[in-house]
Amino acid sequence: MAFWIASSPHNHNHTKTPNLMRLVILATIPGVFAQWYFFGWGNLIHIGLAMITALLSEFIVLSLRKKPIAHHLLDGSGLLTALLIGICLPALTPWWISVIGTLFAIVIVKQLYGGLGHNPFNPAMAGYVMLLVSFPIQMTLWQPPLSLLTVDLNFANTLTTILTGFTVEGYSVEQVRTSIDGITMATPLDTLKTNLGLGFTVLETITSPVFGENFSLGWEWVNAGFLLGGLFLLTKKAIAWQTPVSFLLSIFVCSFIGYSINPDANPSTMFHWFSGATMLGAFFILTDPVTGATSNKGRLIVGALAGLLVYLIRTLGGYPDGVAFAVLLCNMSAPLIDQYTRPRTYGHAKGEK
Amino acid sequence: MNILLAILVLGGIAAVFGALLGYASIRFKVDADPIVEQLDALLPQTQCGQCGYPGCKPYAQAVADGEAINKCAPGGEDTIKKIADLMGVEVQPLDESHVKGDVAQSNRPKVAFIIEEDCIGCTKCIQACPVDAIIGAAKQMHTIIIDECTGCDLCVAPCPVDCIEMREIPETIHNWQWDLNSIPVKQVN
Amino acid sequence: MESVIARITRGQFWDFHGGIHPPEQKTLTSTKPIKQLTLPKQLIIPLQQHIGLEGDVLVSIGEHVLKGQPLTGSTNPMEVPIHAPTSGTITAIKMSVIAHPSGLEQLCIFLDVDGLDTWRKRIVCPDLSLLSNHEIIEKIADSGIAGMGGAGFPTHIKANSKPDINFLIINGAECEPYITSDDLLMMEQSIAIVDGIEILDRLLSPAFILIGIEDNKPKAIKALQQATKDNEKIKVCVVPTKYPIGGEKQLIHTLTGQEVPAGQLPIHSGIVMQNVATCFAINEAVRHDTPLIRRVVTVTGQALNKPQNVWALIGTPINFLLEQCEVEAIENVKQPVIMGGPMMGFSIASDIVPIIKTSNCILVPSKKEMPSAFEKESQEVECIRCGQCSDVCPSNLLPQELQWSAKAKDHPQLQKLNLSDCIECGACAYVCPSQIPLVHYYRIAKAEIREQHQLDLKAEKAKVRFEARKMRLEKEKIARQEKNKKAAAARKAAMNKATPEATGAKSAVAAALARVKAKKAAQENPEVTKPVDSAEVSTVEVSATEIVNDQKSQVAAAIARAKAKKKLKEASAQQSEASTTNTEPNKISENNAETEQPTDQKSKVAAAIARAKAKKKLKEASAQQAETKNTETEITTVTENTIGKETIPEKSISEKKHTGKTDLAKAGKHNSDTNIDTDTDTNTSDISDISNANITNTNDIASELVHAAIPAAIDKKAKMAAAIAKAKAKKKLKDAATKESAAILLNEDKKDSN
Repeated sequence: MAFWIASSPHNHNHTKTPNLMRLVILATIPGVFAQWYFFGWGNLIHIGLAMITALLSEFIVLSLRKKPIAHHLLDGSGLLTALLIGICLPALTPWWISVIGTLFAIVIVKQLYGGLGHNPFNPAMAGYVMLLVSFPIQMTLWQPPLSLLTVDLNFANTLTTILTGFTVEGYSVEQVRTSIDGITMATPLDTLKTNLGLGFTVLETITSPVFGENFSLGWEWVNAGFLLGGLFLLTKKAIAWQTPVSFLLSIFVCSFIGYSINPDANPSTMFHWFSGATMLGAFFILTDPVTGATSNKGRLIVGALAGLLVYLIRTLGGYPDGVAFAVLLCNMSAPLIDQYTRPRTYGHAKGEK
Repeated sequence: MNILLAILVLGGIAAVFGALLGYASIRFKVDADPIVEQLDALLPQTQCGQCGYPGCKPYAQAVADGEAINKCAPGGEDTIKKIADLMGVEVQPLDESHVKGDVAQSNRPKVAFIIEEDCIGCTKCIQACPVDAIIGAAKQMHTIIIDECTGCDLCVAPCPVDCIEMREIPETIHNWQWDLNSIPVKQVN
Repeated sequence: MESVIARITRGQFWDFHGGIHPPEQKTLTSTKPIKQLTLPKQLIIPLQQHIGLEGDVLVSIGEHVLKGQPLTGSTNPMEVPIHAPTSGTITAIKMSVIAHPSGLEQLCIFLDVDGLDTWRKRIVCPDLSLLSNHEIIEKIADSGIAGMGGAGFPTHIKANSKPDINFLIINGAECEPYITSDDLLMMEQSIAIVDGIEILDRLLSPAFILIGIEDNKPKAIKALQQATKDNEKIKVCVVPTKYPIGGEKQLIHTLTGQEVPAGQLPIHSGIVMQNVATCFAINEAVRHDTPLIRRVVTVTGQALNKPQNVWALIGTPINFLLEQCEVEAIENVKQPVIMGGPMMGFSIASDIVPIIKTSNCILVPSKKEMPSAFEKESQEVECIRCGQCSDVCPSNLLPQELQWSAKAKDHPQLQKLNLSDCIECGACAYVCPSQIPLVHYYRIAKAEIREQHQLDLKAEKAKVRFEARKMRLEKEKIARQEKNKKAAAARKAAMNKATPEATGAKSAVAAALARVKAKKAAQENPEVTKPVDSAEVSTVEVSATEIVNDQKSQVAAAIARAKAKKKLKEASAQQSEASTTNTEPNKISENNAETEQPTDQKSKVAAAIARAKAKKKLKEASAQQAETKNTETEITTVTENTIGKETIPEKSISEKKHTGKTDLAKAGKHNSDTNIDTDTDTNTSDISDISNANITNTNDIASELVHAAIPAAIDKKAKMAAAIAKAKAKKKLKDAATKESAAILLNEDKKDSN
C-alpha cells in the first residue's frame, strides 16, 4: 500500500491571497459609502468603469502571457487596483480618464513587470500619477460636496457628465463646480494652497464653504470612513500596523511643527489627517505589501518617510495633495530600506549580516 | 578662427582627461587574481581533457588567451555562464563536439567502474587517469577509488577489453536530497 | 545568573521572535492512558535509527534471539547498537523501506516474533553509587539510546560532555500539534523520568536543571512538580504554549534568555538539552538494564477511530499500529500518513515502514481536518511580500527574501541571509497566504549548497591530485633521461674496453642481424616452414651470447627483439585474419607471466581484443581459437630465450612489485578511509614506475637496474611531496568533517526537542 507523500508542514492556516484582497476591498466600503453620500455617484461610476477595464485588460494580457487566466484574474488584486483608482479620481472627470488610468496601471505597471508580486510600484498610484501628469485639467475637475452644489447631481446627471461632459440639463462640468457666488470650487487642499499662495492666512481661508464646520466638508468623513476600514483591517491582521501608524504619526509631527511655528501659513494637524487621501493612503495604499518594505523596521521607516513627503509636497510642492507621489517615492526606496533593516537573525551578533 | 579655437579647446580638454585617465589606470590599478586562477577555480577540475587540453588549468590558460568558453562538458551550462560572466562575453551553448559519451546528459554524478573479472591488468587506465584514482599493477586486477574518481571517463577509451564503464552513484538515504518537482510517490507492494 | 533563576522562580520567561498557534488537537489522545499492545507478528528493525554510523550486524539469518539481545555492535562512538525488541527468529537481513522522507530502502533486520517475549539475562542495578560515571555512560551507549525527540543524536555523547555545564534543560515542551507521547509519559512515568534526570545530573553536574513544559499540559506539570518536590535543583518551568517553543534554540532562549550563537552547539554555551523520553530511557537502561526497545508513539488523526498513545516496540510496522487504532479503510490513495507532527513530520511512503527510536507520532489526518495535506497540485501563487512569514519566523529570518534567492539559486545571497539558521519549523509556510512551500525551497537550497560545497572540496582534491601526478610524471621523465644518459655512458665504457668479449659482442650483433633477417623472411612467408630453422639458429646464437654475458650483446638482442616485434606487429596487422594465428595469447602469457615486454603487451592486447571479438561471435571465435592453439610462432621461442637472461633483474623487480602489492592489499582494506588515499597514491606510482619501466624501456636491462636505483631516490621525493599533500588534504578533510558534524549536531538539536 502506498501513501500520499508531501513535504512538511502538512497543515496550513487556510489563508489565501484572494481572501486577503477581498478583505481589503470590503474594508473600503465605509469610505466609499461616505464618498457616495457627500459627493454623489461619480466615484462609484468610475470604480465600475475601472473594474471592467481592469478585468478586460488583465484577461487579455494574461492570455498573451499564457498564464492560467482564472487563477490570476480572480485573485482580486486587479479589482483592488481598479477600486483604488476609482476612489482617487475626481468624480466628474471624463470616463476615458479612468479607462486609461486603469489600463496603464494593469497592463504596464503590473503585468509588464511580471504580474502580482513583481511590480515595483503601486499600480493604482502609478496610474493616478500618470493621469495627473498627463491630463492635469481633467484631473483637477474636483467636485465639491453635493450640499454646496447648485445643480442636483443625481445618478443620471453624473453619468452623462462623465460620459459627455454635460449633465442631462446641459450644464457643463465647470458650471457644476461653480458655487452660488460664482467661484469655482476645488478641494479644501487645493483651495488652501491657492489662497496661501495669494497671501491669505489659513484662518481666512478656512472660512470658505468647502472647509465646512470642521476641517473639510465631506472629505473628513470620507477619511473617517477609510480610517474605520483601516482599523478593521488592522484587527483582522490583514495589514501591518507599522506603516499606517508611522505614516500618520509622521504627518502629525510634521504638521504640528509647522503649525506651532506659523499657524497662519500651516493648517492644523487634524486638517492634514482628515483631508485629501491621507487615510486612504495610510491604510490602503502604503500598506500594499508588494511595493512596500517587508521588515517591521522598514515599514516604520517607509511610513515615516511617506508622511514627511506628503507634508512637504502639500506645503511646498506644486500639487495640492502628495500621497500618490509620496507612495511612488517610497516604493522606489523600499528595497533599499529593506536591505538596511534586515532583522538580526537568532544566534547572530548585532551588525553581523 | 572660432572654430579653430573650439577645436583647440576641446582637443586640449581631451588630452588633459586622457592623461588623467591614463595616470589613474596606472596609479589605481587593482591587483586582481590572475585571470587564469579565477578561471581554473570555475572549472570542475575533473581533468577530463574533453576540451582538448590536458587538464583544467591548461584550458583555463587557453580561455584566458581567447579560446572558446563552451568546451567544458562536465561543467555544463553553469560553468559556461560563470566563465562568460568572468570574461565579459556572451554565453554560448555547450560545444557538442566536445561531449564524450553521456557525461553531459546525466544529472547524477557518475564514476568509473572496472568489471574486475574482465580486467587483464594492462595498466592503460592507470596511465590515463588524471587524478591517480585507479590502483592496480601490471597483470593485477585494477580497481577504482570511488571517492577520488572525477567521472572524467578518460579511462574508458584506453581499456583494450572494454571492462570499464561509467556508473551512476546510487541514491541512498545519505546522499538523497529534497527535490520539489519529484517528491517521490512510490507504489510499494 | 541569579537573575535568570530569580526570573524563572517568578515564572517570567523570555519571549522569542515569531511563533504560531496552529490548532493543537492534543485532546484526541491526551485523555487516554498509554496502551500496551499485543506483539506484532514481525518486526522490521532498521540498522541505523540515529545520526551517525550503522553498527556491525552480530546475528545471522535463522538465529533465534532473545528480547534485549544486541543485534548490532559498535566500535565507533557514533555507532549506536540496536536490540531485539522481543524474542524470535531472524528471518531476513535485507533492504526495506524505512522511516525517511525519501522513501528509500535501507538494510533492516526482519524478526519473526515467537510470542514468548523471553528476556535475555538482565543485571538490575540496585545502587547507582556502585557504578562509576564511565560505567553509566557505557551502559547508556550499550543500550542504544539516541535522542528520542526527533533526530536521534547518540545520547552517550551528549551525556559525556566536559564540565562547566550551567544548565541541563529537559525538554518536555512538545509544541507540535497532535503529539502527546511526552505528555503521557510525563503523566504516567514522572518518577522514572526524574530518576533519569538525576542520572544525567550525576554525569553532567550542571548548575541548574530546568524542565520546560508548555502550559497546555497541566497534568504533566503537576506530576513532575510532585516528583521533583524533594529535589531543589530541578525546576519545573511552565512556558507559554507557542509553536515552536520546543525547538532547542527557542526553549533555551525562553528559559535562559541566552541565544545559542550561530554555528555553535548549546554545549558551547554550557547548556545540554535532553528530551523527557530520553531521560526515561536512560533510567530504564541504567537501573533496569533495559535497552531502548520500545517507545511511546502517539497514533492520532481523525482518520482513526481510536487515536491513542501506545507503547510500540521498535520495528513495529505502521500498518500494525494503524490496525490497532482502527484506521478507517484507506481507500483514498491520496491519504497521507505522517511520521512526526503536522509541522515538521514527513509523510511515509508505505505502510510497512517500521517505528524507529525517533518516531514519536503517526498522524493520519482526515481530509476535513487537514485539507492542505491532501492537495496534489501545489496551490502556490506569487509572493506578495506580505511579510507574515518573517513575523512568525522563530529565527528572525526573512523567509520571503530567502525564497526569492532560493528560486534564483543565488547561493551567496542565501548564505548572507543566514539560510543555515533556518530550523525548518514550517511556521512560515503555515501562514503563507500565497501557499508557497517555503520550507521545501529551503531544503532544496540547503541541499544544493551542501552539494556544491562537497563538489568544491572534491574538485580541490582532484586538482591537488592532478598537480601531484603532473609533478610525478615530470620527475619520472627527468629520471628516465638521466638513466638513459648513464646507460649510454656505461655502454660507451664497455665499448672502449678492448676485451675478448667485444668480439663476442660483435658476433652477437651479427647473429642478431641474421636473426632479424630470418624473422623478416618468416613473416613474409608465413606458410613456409623455414622459420623453424632460423629459430634454432637464433637460439644457438643467443645462447652463445649468454655465455659471453656481455651487456652489449644484450642491447643488441633487445634491439633486435624490438625490431622483430615491430615487424611481427606490422605483419599481423596486414594479415588481419591470420593475425590470431601468429600470436598465441595464452601460451605467451603463461611463459612470460612475470615480464612486460612490449611485444608481449601488444600480443596480449591483440589477444584480448580477439577475446572480446570472440565473445561477440561465439561460434567463429571458437573455431579460430582452435586454430590458434595449433599454430605457434617462432618469436615466442626467441623471446623465451632472451627473457631467460633477464631473470636476474626481473627478480628484483618482481620483488619490488611484490612489496608494492602487499602495500596495495593493505590499501585495499582501508579503501573507504580517505586518509589512506595518498598512501595508495604512492603505491600506485611505485607500481606504475615499474610497469612503465617494463613497458617503455626497450633498452638494455642494465639500464633497468639503474632505473631501479634512481626511482627509489625519486620516489622518496615524490613520497615527501605526497606526504605534504596528504597532510594538507587531511587538514581540509578534518575541517570539512568538523563543519559537517557541527551541522549534524545542530540539525539534531533542533529536531530533538520537538
